[in-house]
Amino acid sequence: MDAIHDLGGKQGFGTVAIEPAEPVFHEPWERSVFVAVLGVLRGGIGNNSQFRHAMERMDPVHYLSGSYFEKWMTGIATLLAEKGVVTQEELEARAGGPFPLAPNPELKDVPDPAPDGDTARFAPGDAVVVTKDRPSWHTRCPEYVRGRRGEVVAVRGTVAVPHIEVHRNERTPEQTYSVRFEGSELWGSAAEPGTSTTVDLFQSYLEAA
Amino acid sequence: MSEHDGHGHDHAGPAASPPEQRAAALEALLIEKEILTEGFIDTVVTTYESRVGPMNGAKVVAKAWVDPEYRAKLVEDATAAAAELGFKGPQGNMAVVENTDEVHNVVVCTLCSCYPWPVLGLPPAWYKSPSYRARMVREPRALLAEMGCHVPDDVEIRVWDSSADKRYLVLPQPPAGAEGKSEEELAELVTRDSMVGVARL
Repeated sequence: MDAIHDLGGKQGFGTVAIEPAEPVFHEPWERSVFVAVLGVLRGGIGNNSQFRHAMERMDPVHYLSGSYFEKWMTGIATLLAEKGVVTQEELEARAGGPFPLAPNPELKDVPDPAPDGDTARFAPGDAVVVTKDRPSWHTRCPEYVRGRRGEVVAVRGTVAVPHIEVHRNERTPEQTYSVRFEGSELWGSAAEPGTSTTVDLFQSYLEAA
Repeated sequence: MSEHDGHGHDHAGPAASPPEQRAAALEALLIEKEILTEGFIDTVVTTYESRVGPMNGAKVVAKAWVDPEYRAKLVEDATAAAAELGFKGPQGNMAVVENTDEVHNVVVCTLCSCYPWPVLGLPPAWYKSPSYRARMVREPRALLAEMGCHVPDDVEIRVWDSSADKRYLVLPQPPAGAEGKSEEELAELVTRDSMVGVARL
């Protein structure tokens, strides 16, 4: 899904300020949200990928303007409502006002898992190209590497394919790889010298170069 | 759905009651539905506010500095090596990347805020900020310098975007004057920021 969460390489953002002696939680409500998310996911009501996807579907303005725990709160409440555990009306009645949730657009043609995804097709040193696909479903393939050529630097083992975990609630293992992209491959003449980015990608996002 | 839904938020995002009221509503409903228990809440809070944090990663790093065999194991299988010291749990499928005289490593998660919880705890606000996530892949040298981390021009910068299941820990180089110090003393010198790669010791 080409949503606002896919931030890699976007311009216009300001400086990054490190807060000295930052507390784990800035406000007590953040602690409540953290515990709620861990409890819900531990209880098997949803999985990590579905929780991530719920945050990615947030109104983009809400996503960017909201703090990390605002996103967590919206994501987990969205998941709970979609799973039928709570209703938005219940949440709003308790909260004494609006409790915005993420919309859930209907998706068509979510692809099946790739066959033999758990068999490694690539090895360290292999040149690969990332597919140019722009899926409307959940993906962990950042936009800034799509269509780019890189080198496999490590085989990272099988992980449940994210879009199958989200949209079918099934865990299908697929190989993952660390793929290194030279700065110039990603950013052209704007690249800083002597830099690269290594991205962890699922096998179905890759083709042999 | 209610009249505020989907309307009138072109510039400010959707209308919302204060976060503390929404969080309290969520927590109360989950307790009523027996998805959360007081015992679970206490365990999670104690774990993430006092047992899990950068002090764990510092112990891993200090041990790797003094014990070449442990260092080799850590680079080979960071998850198992961290577990030897008791550090494991959610977000704990880990890999370690080593800084050298030639290479400086730095970690980001451009799609969300993935972070190696068992060794670093929960991520700080700057790691989760849109600025950090957007800029670290495109201009790492400039952003690191802005954050006070000056990487010499002849040192290669490798950015690691943790977009699948591995969570990355940077193994920094020991600071000047580390020779002869005990493992415990060395652990005191290791900072969270050096293990993310936004500082050099």
